[in-house]
Amino acid sequence: MSVPGPLPDVVMTWRLDGLGAYFGLVILVISTATASFAIGHRHHHAGFRGSGALLGLFVVSMLGVVLAGDAFSFLIAWEAMSLASFALVLTDHRRADVRRSAWIYVVMTHAATALVVVAFLVLARATGSLSFAEWSLRAATLDPPTASLVFVLGLIGFGTKAGMIPVHVWLPRAHPVAPAPVSALMSGVMIKLGIYGLVRLTFDWLAPGPAWWGSLILMLGAASAVLGVLYALMEHDLKRLLAYHSVENIGIILMGLGTAVVARSLDAPAVVAIGLAAALFHVANHATFKALLFMGAGAIDAATGTRDLERLGGLARRMPVTAATFLVGSAAISALPPLNGFASEWLTFQGLLALGHAARDPQLALLPLLLGGALALTGALALACFVKAFGVSFLALPRSPRAAAAHEAGRPELVAMVTLAVACVALGVGAVPVLAAIGTLVPAAALSGGLSSGPLAIADGRVDLPGLAALVVALGIAALAAPRLLGPVRTRVAETWVCGVALHPVHGYTATAFAKPIRLMFRGIVRPVREVEIVHRSGTRFVASVQYRSHIAPVFERYVYRAFTDRLVAFSHVIRRAQNGSLQTYLAYLIAALVAALVIAR
Amino acid sequence: MSEVVAAVLAVAQLLLLVGLAPAVNGLIKRAKARLQGRRGPPLLQGYFDLAKLLRKDAVVSEHSSVISRATPAVYAGAIASAALIVPALWAPAPLGGWGDAIAVIGLFALARFALALAGLDTGSAFGGMGSSREVALAALAEPALALALFAVVWRTGTTDLGTTALWLVERPYETIAPSQLLALAAFLIAIIAETGRVPVDNPDTHLELTMIHEGMLLEYSGRPLGILVWATQLKQLVLFSLLFALFLPFGIARTPAELPLAALALVAKLAVMCAMMALIESSNAKLRILRVPELLGAASTLAVLALIAEVMVG
Repeated sequence: MSVPGPLPDVVMTWRLDGLGAYFGLVILVISTATASFAIGHRHHHAGFRGSGALLGLFVVSMLGVVLAGDAFSFLIAWEAMSLASFALVLTDHRRADVRRSAWIYVVMTHAATALVVVAFLVLARATGSLSFAEWSLRAATLDPPTASLVFVLGLIGFGTKAGMIPVHVWLPRAHPVAPAPVSALMSGVMIKLGIYGLVRLTFDWLAPGPAWWGSLILMLGAASAVLGVLYALMEHDLKRLLAYHSVENIGIILMGLGTAVVARSLDAPAVVAIGLAAALFHVANHATFKALLFMGAGAIDAATGTRDLERLGGLARRMPVTAATFLVGSAAISALPPLNGFASEWLTFQGLLALGHAARDPQLALLPLLLGGALALTGALALACFVKAFGVSFLALPRSPRAAAAHEAGRPELVAMVTLAVACVALGVGAVPVLAAIGTLVPAAALSGGLSSGPLAIADGRVDLPGLAALVVALGIAALAAPRLLGPVRTRVAETWVCGVALHPVHGYTATAFAKPIRLMFRGIVRPVREVEIVHRSGTRFVASVQYRSHIAPVFERYVYRAFTDRLVAFSHVIRRAQNGSLQTYLAYLIAALVAALVIAR
Repeated sequence: MSEVVAAVLAVAQLLLLVGLAPAVNGLIKRAKARLQGRRGPPLLQGYFDLAKLLRKDAVVSEHSSVISRATPAVYAGAIASAALIVPALWAPAPLGGWGDAIAVIGLFALARFALALAGLDTGSAFGGMGSSREVALAALAEPALALALFAVVWRTGTTDLGTTALWLVERPYETIAPSQLLALAAFLIAIIAETGRVPVDNPDTHLELTMIHEGMLLEYSGRPLGILVWATQLKQLVLFSLLFALFLPFGIARTPAELPLAALALVAKLAVMCAMMALIESSNAKLRILRVPELLGAASTLAVLALIAEVMVG
């Protein structure tokens, strides 16, 4: 569909292809569930009540991004999406930290958009058109240095939106301060549109490039995955923890995409299909469980007034449905079979192995295999983090009066969470038909061998998730039932044994304590800072109070961004000397500029 | 192969491994006692202990949730499922087509997830201590396990365990390739961590300074404890079988006629494995928990070297 644009010669085209349809479907499904959640949640969040229209605009602009058929329409939709989400992040604009987070978000997202614009302009100049269709037709005519330039610009620009390390710093700030439905949409859907841009860039707008393109994506993906989950483990704010997990999962998606891009350079279509299918499948899976988990965090926040894990505890008894759905989401994000997170990570592993086989150059073969180890580390750390997130908030005894008085979320919230939890199971058990559908929509991601029924099988391995699910359940029941043949036993209820004293909430493990072994093992990376302050009673050696503070050094902010912003500030001081406030000087500038223009245009 | 035969084979392998698991644990205990100059408990003691536990009443904490009650079923279900995917006496495994090596790692992760949550469920510090350490050490053991696995399956071209074992049986000289030996060393260290043995954990004590696995089980008693103990012993045997399938698949049966020989080979391999575990446990002191990462880091390094040897040289 084409509509005349605001300027002469600019036509805005909108069209729907398989890739756009797939992302559009993810947007619509998650948005529908989020809308249901928002209906209930608005009663708990005063500032959020009037945001319905803005939320609608946000969803429409995201759909616009996947429907856009030319650079102009794309950028309009892209910018509308950024501004709508910026306004939604600012819901609690009276708080200074919210304003600061939103500011960092809007600056970074615009810097990223600037890079995307430059990439688009280079492409438009090289192909002589703004239309995406023209770009893919003439992709092969681009000379290699220009293509690489466009790739790098696009990677940084779209990578920033996706939350790729090292351009992720906005994400763990902006997502937690937004209202829960907005966080669910931003983490679940919006950052995926960065991935959408990268898939378009590498598979549609550019011809197969050198192998380093894909290798770069692979390495950035692995770094995002490992560092994202490590930083998540250090958090005890539930929403910040979830935000860092978005960085991790974007890393996993990028590992699948990187596999596909390297394989495309090597001209190995079977491996391209595995990598791309893994990446696209994980897009839908992460959208499902991350939206679910952010809703769970929102329900906890509404019920207890806090997102601090240290003040929660014991919520499983008070919010049983929220607890059950959060447990499903936690198991899915930890890549446990038979849930959807396992299905796409299994495929990512297979893609890395297959790429190892396809690469003829030993160094290129070694990279995906080693990154497979990084993926295994990520999975195990994610499991640790979600044992922490679920265990510390929902199990043991409540550690604050508010947590002890928590109540279950309302019906619209529960409907949304239960739907998404069911979807997590369905996408895992039904991985085969889902992957077949992805293959139909995106031909490059069609797994060879034809997926119609039976186990998920590709050339190098197979897994039957419905079979495994039934097997675990059947054998679990058998393990409980078989000992009954030995006769009945009674079950007595008594208190937890804590060396003879009465159980107190402080006996339970806190989030900080739980993550301590990992904090110490990875101290070289996360750089924990510990401050202990002991106050003695005056004149005695008796301890009056002990203050213990522990946090981690903001490595990226301090060493990467600080250096950049410091230079920027220094440069602006230089500029300021020219801008001295004197009218005569400004008039002199004008005349100089006029003379210069006349000389040049002579 | 008809579905009836497959079902019979599955039940047979499950009964074999479940039945054998306490004896294997008993053998390690016995060998350890001998090495330390004691007589040690009789080989059948493991069965007596389990029979007693399974008949005893259970006490559950009033503060615990449904997690504590469901964990024995989830843990045992996941481990028993893995036991049907790993080839033990014959290859391919009865349900080898249902999952591959990555699925086995996933099932172990599912078991660990359930048990670690149960450790936190009762609100005592001991359970949390166990959970916290377990997930931290597993996070370091997992890359070593995965990389060692990759080094093996990269050469055989499939993550299917039965195919991998048979590929190696047909090429015995491949089992002493440098990459294979390096991967074996990495795998062995990872298994020591996964089975909770010295120098990573101590299976014999409930001393809070050392306990990891036992810490998570502390609040369990009676029948649920019996199920968890048995499943833990099964996990150990499945891990040993996984190691045999990937590194020492000799004697594994391909036809029913080879079964007696395969049984003999399995017993011999288990005996050697148990003796080696006892030797490692007796000749090492338990490491301080913050020194364990060095050991597991060494395992990952060995696995990386195995991959380099495999890809660059082999």
